[in-house]
Amino acid sequence: MNDTEIRALLADVLAGIAPEADLATVGDDEDLRAALDLDSMDFMNLVIGLHQRTGIDIPEADVPKLFTLRGLTGYLAR
Amino acid sequence: MTAAPLRMTYREACRQAIRDALLADPRSFVMGEDVGKYGGCYAVTKGLLEEFGPERILDTPLAELGITGAGIGAALAGLRPIVEIMTCNFSLLALDQILNNAATIPHMSGGQFAVPLVIRMATGGGRQLAAQHSHSLEGWYAHIPGLKVLAPGTVEDARHMLAAALADPNPVLIFEHIVLYNAEGDLDPAVTAVDIEHARIRRPGRDVSIITYGNSLPKSLAAAEALAAEGIPAEVLDLRVLRPLDMPAILESVRRTRRAVLVDEGWRSGSLSAEIAARLADEAFFDLDAPVRRVCSAEVPVPYAAHLEEAALPQVADIVAAARELVKPR
Amino acid sequence: MSDAVADFLMPSLGADMESAKVVEWLVKPGSRVKPGDVVAVVETHKGAIDVEIFLDGVIEDLAPLNQQLPVGALLAHVRGTGGGGTQAPAKAAAAPVQPAPVPSPPPPTAPLSGARGRVSPAARRRAEEAGIAADSLHGTGPDGAVTLADVELALSAGPKPAPAEPARAGRSGFDPAQMRQAIAAAMGRSKREIPHYYLGTTVDFHAAQTWLDGYNASRPPPERLLPAVLLLKATARALVQVPQLNGFHGKDGFSPGPGIHIGWAISLRGGGLVAPALHDVDRQELPALMTSLRDLVQRARTGGLRSSELTDPTITVTSLGERGADSVLGVIYPPQVAIVGFGRIVERPWVVAGNVAPRPLVTLSLAADHRASDGHLGGRLLAAIDEALQDPANL
Repeated sequence: MNDTEIRALLADVLAGIAPEADLATVGDDEDLRAALDLDSMDFMNLVIGLHQRTGIDIPEADVPKLFTLRGLTGYLAR
Repeated sequence: MTAAPLRMTYREACRQAIRDALLADPRSFVMGEDVGKYGGCYAVTKGLLEEFGPERILDTPLAELGITGAGIGAALAGLRPIVEIMTCNFSLLALDQILNNAATIPHMSGGQFAVPLVIRMATGGGRQLAAQHSHSLEGWYAHIPGLKVLAPGTVEDARHMLAAALADPNPVLIFEHIVLYNAEGDLDPAVTAVDIEHARIRRPGRDVSIITYGNSLPKSLAAAEALAAEGIPAEVLDLRVLRPLDMPAILESVRRTRRAVLVDEGWRSGSLSAEIAARLADEAFFDLDAPVRRVCSAEVPVPYAAHLEEAALPQVADIVAAARELVKPR
Repeated sequence: MSDAVADFLMPSLGADMESAKVVEWLVKPGSRVKPGDVVAVVETHKGAIDVEIFLDGVIEDLAPLNQQLPVGALLAHVRGTGGGGTQAPAKAAAAPVQPAPVPSPPPPTAPLSGARGRVSPAARRRAEEAGIAADSLHGTGPDGAVTLADVELALSAGPKPAPAEPARAGRSGFDPAQMRQAIAAAMGRSKREIPHYYLGTTVDFHAAQTWLDGYNASRPPPERLLPAVLLLKATARALVQVPQLNGFHGKDGFSPGPGIHIGWAISLRGGGLVAPALHDVDRQELPALMTSLRDLVQRARTGGLRSSELTDPTITVTSLGERGADSVLGVIYPPQVAIVGFGRIVERPWVVAGNVAPRPLVTLSLAADHRASDGHLGGRLLAAIDEALQDPANL
């Protein structure tokens, strides 16, 4: 997946969790959880959604890598 | 063996219909302003005076109330009068006779008196005849119980509706559109009569019903052609009979296409199209996929200037736009 | 089996609820009902709630729709119930107030209260026949209206459209102003009437975190646990030992709750708060509890909470989550008698066996009703929670 595809996927998954979230307002290195007001349940649902849509396992130890847009796109692009 | 189609103008079809009626029934006669020596203001009765003589082609004074009253009396006495009123604008002078007598006597006499009267009127705009000769008042007459109101939109209906109207024991008003007189069409020689009860689908289509009559029919057919080029299959339903409305046909069409555009050269407010729209809201609400749209004349006296007159009357582009908006909104 | 007739009454869905109206019956006269069935949707000033029945028999004499009826008003008769009697507002006296029993924020495509989605009449009828929510579909008609073709397309292909159930027409949307008013009323009453006492203690979350990390490491995301389930389960375990804090305060003093039904405080996106019940938390395995928790949060945020979830909590637990503050001193939800709070889990220096070591710590707090208990008992509860969290494998 390229960067654009990953962002589109992220937006899609987010729509089911935080409908009002607007990725365009989030900086690349900003903490998504703070920027989009996601609590731990929300973020877990986000990880589950990304896992289900991409098939990527995302081990628990890797979850912190997904806290920023840059980290998330880099992780899923591998 | 089938005969070749016969091509003629709407005017000629009207003339042949009258001639046929005069030949078929010695009780029938024509009266009106300038119908004899002049041959009719729109030349529909040209040559009939010479053929049938002044007892059956009567030139009358300019007195619509008197002509119509005399026609009603003749009909009550057993004749089959064909009254011509030059334009429906002038028919307002005869409105008392039409409403209070023609439409009412059969009812008030408990059915003892029939009024088998036919009144032909020219209607509509588009020939720069200005605001006293261009209006479409058939919708007003379609309001009146006791009348039948016909609006031939094809050469075939112009040719054959008169006979059916004369056979009807009720007063029948026929509205001939002035723009249609010069229109040409083919007549199928196999068709020798038409009904005056049913609307007809002039062009079948799947996605929107364009419901219309009179001179708006050819415009609607042209619009349907343009819509087809855009990939929108439009159905064109010709009402033909404005009173009583053929509601089963209207509902059948709209229930199938789920969308309706009503094209009516009358003014929008309180028009026939308003009545049909109300009935669709009433009886087809749950079948609709879009609001009912209307294309009507601008609410002004019909202007004289050609470009203003064109702007005031429903045009093909208006119909296309209305239908397109319902089917393929941007 | 007697042929007794029981009354089904307007339940109290919170101490501040005086009346409500039935906006939809989900059963017909003559329908067979059994305990736990959702039979009606009532609209309170806080929103629309699915109301369950706890009678067994044939329901009849349904109250008319859209009439404002007081708590305790007759909603229906149920014939053929075992012992006859009356349901609700049995819980009213002891019913915990919920600040925010609402089916809140609407799904993304659904309009806010007042504005109905544009759906053509033909499309609406077809969608109803097919049992899907036409409002949730993409509309291609005039002004973006959903047309019959859009419904047919949705039915024939593509992703399954939302079932009509959760977006039931007629549900009132979430009104932040009204919810704020409800929270104000309940919290105002709590602070006026309840003599709170507060206790706090710091808990070493190391054992729990280590266990949790090990548990999650080998599992795919959908099967992982959040720290919240450990906090909930530990609290439930502790309440088994200290049942005096699990229940309600009424005219006759304290009455213990029928089970450990923990009201889990959920903050709603866009503002507001709701604390619906997780039932019998002490008896749920952690994975099942996690599933229940996710489901509850989801329903709290998209609508579809049940009346029992609003009336059943016997205590409230609030957890501030990973981005919250370090500690919280809660406000008790009347007529409950206690609220347990967990602050953010933070890494801090901690003395372990005489040495300072970095440890994940969580500040545990209790606000309790002094009419029902004293600080000593409250301290025992906190100690029991701490103890339970030190042995996570047995939770």
